[in-house]
Amino acid sequence: MLREGDIRIPSGCAISGFINRKGNRVAGDQIIRSIALMHDRSNGLGGGFAAYGIYPEFKDYYAFHLFYEDNTVRENTERYLTTHFNLEMGGPIPTRKTKGITNAPLIWRYFVKPKLEMLYQTELSPNEFVVERVMEINTLCRGAYIFSSGKNMGAFKGVGYPEDIGEFYRLDEYQGYTWTAHGRFPTNTPGWWGGAHPFTLLDWSVVHNGEISSYDANRRFLEMFGYKCTLQTDTEAIAYIFDLLLRRHCLPLDVAVSVVASPFWAEIDRMPEQKKKLYRSARIVYSSLLINGPFSIILGSDNGIMALNDRLKLRPLTAAEHGDFLYVASEESAIREICPSPERVWSPRGGEPVIGVLEDGVVETDDSACLKL
Amino acid sequence: MVTIDSRGIYYMNLNKQIRQEVKNGADEILLKNVNGQRYIADAIRGNIKFTIEGIPGNDLAAYMDGPEVIVKGNAQDAVANTMNGGTIVINGDAGDTLGYAMRGGEVFIRGNVGYRVGIHMKEYGEQIPTIVVGGKTGDFLGEYMAGGIIVVLGQPDGNEVIGNYCGTGMHGGVMYIRGEIPAHKLGREVQTAELTDKDIEFLEGIISRYKDYFKLQLKDIKCSDFTKLQPQGTRPYGDLYTKY
Repeated sequence: MLREGDIRIPSGCAISGFINRKGNRVAGDQIIRSIALMHDRSNGLGGGFAAYGIYPEFKDYYAFHLFYEDNTVRENTERYLTTHFNLEMGGPIPTRKTKGITNAPLIWRYFVKPKLEMLYQTELSPNEFVVERVMEINTLCRGAYIFSSGKNMGAFKGVGYPEDIGEFYRLDEYQGYTWTAHGRFPTNTPGWWGGAHPFTLLDWSVVHNGEISSYDANRRFLEMFGYKCTLQTDTEAIAYIFDLLLRRHCLPLDVAVSVVASPFWAEIDRMPEQKKKLYRSARIVYSSLLINGPFSIILGSDNGIMALNDRLKLRPLTAAEHGDFLYVASEESAIREICPSPERVWSPRGGEPVIGVLEDGVVETDDSACLKL
Repeated sequence: MVTIDSRGIYYMNLNKQIRQEVKNGADEILLKNVNGQRYIADAIRGNIKFTIEGIPGNDLAAYMDGPEVIVKGNAQDAVANTMNGGTIVINGDAGDTLGYAMRGGEVFIRGNVGYRVGIHMKEYGEQIPTIVVGGKTGDFLGEYMAGGIIVVLGQPDGNEVIGNYCGTGMHGGVMYIRGEIPAHKLGREVQTAELTDKDIEFLEGIISRYKDYFKLQLKDIKCSDFTKLQPQGTRPYGDLYTKY
């Protein structure tokens, strides 16, 4: 597997996603059609999807998706996995031969639960234990990368155009209530399998169009909380930022948004007193988590999606609603390709999140409340 | 009139077909089922009418010089990029950077527009580009504007008509925005000015054309309610690096 290296290629991207708020599942061919419409926003050097609700028969297990450079790496990594986890089932992820997809690494999937004795020994919650193991494998097992580690969800990504990646992973055979997609046009680096979007941790997934000029400031802050950025792409940091703010620090979503896409000081000064206090505090405490630079992102979680622009809106983003569906995409046409006449179409302002969550009671939840969007 | 069913046609092939029709002497082209195809009517010259059903892709009518383009639905980003002449009428909303570096012609938008509309428009002699927005706009309206005219009607209610940083870096041209504008929404390089009789006359003319295009009444829009914005100077960054 070719690793992303030291070359800089200064050179856009496409994102698309939707949620059915009733939790009704649809097959992956819809999201493929949507992202394929924006073919020319990417250049064949990365495509990927996140899907929620795809493994109902394994919904209590963490679904690990891994890239391996070779079988020796796989055997070593599996030894590590079996030390820490009970494996319910494992095997290669089914793929199909697809024109335009070459040099694929070994792509494996395991449904696992942390071993109870390990949880007692480490005194960690299952989620925390999984995060630590993911960081460990991605840092220590050279040639092995966990690119998906949530429950009842999965990421599917690689080097190629997104529609080919979708075909390769046979996504038409999966059913999900939330789908997000990315077409990559790598800026700065050549593009490799691990560097394709989405970037995930636990149930979080992020697809991103843009470039983070604050990457190193963000990365250094995240490292203090045990996150290790190993995938050579700025978007990885965004996934960890939301895990830290929403899961570990239990911030409400609007406060987390005010951290990453903070209003300017002049704007904060014009806010009513109480709001001003909150926004000032968030900006001061988490100043290193401000995401600087142009971005539009879709954050996925088991409970819903959130789309967000940088505060200056330097990347495109359109939203639409139709019945139980909420759609977001880089271009309106990508939404209309799968939903020709939405009831409402709008463009959110910079820094203004578009949020779609499952209706109450749609999905049973089993973990701490603050994991939810 | 020539009709092209554009469903599923790759943008390059669609534009080739359009150019061929123009070459063959078509004076009216109806594009049906357009969805996301970029660069439609780009750099096309002459007296041709395009009617577009669906959502045209980015850079609609870039470098266009002369034709009339009617969009039945919404438009995406960068409409009228560096456009030189002609008229675009959009019966819905439009995206960011509409009228980027536009240097002639007119764009009428029934609804809202995105960020950075009219960025770096310019004018020369008789060539004065004009953008009329029926709804509201995002931030950075008329950023680095060097010439031309932007009118914003702020429908439906006339509240919060524009975003922040309006006219940042503006050094030419004029904007007419419905209602009062709080000072914090304006860039440092822009100032308000009194409406003259000539301004009112212009506004009456352009608003009546807007009404005709979209068959609207707009009884509560009064020309005297508009705020006129103009640059403070012609070289806002002249002493950014050296003072003399």
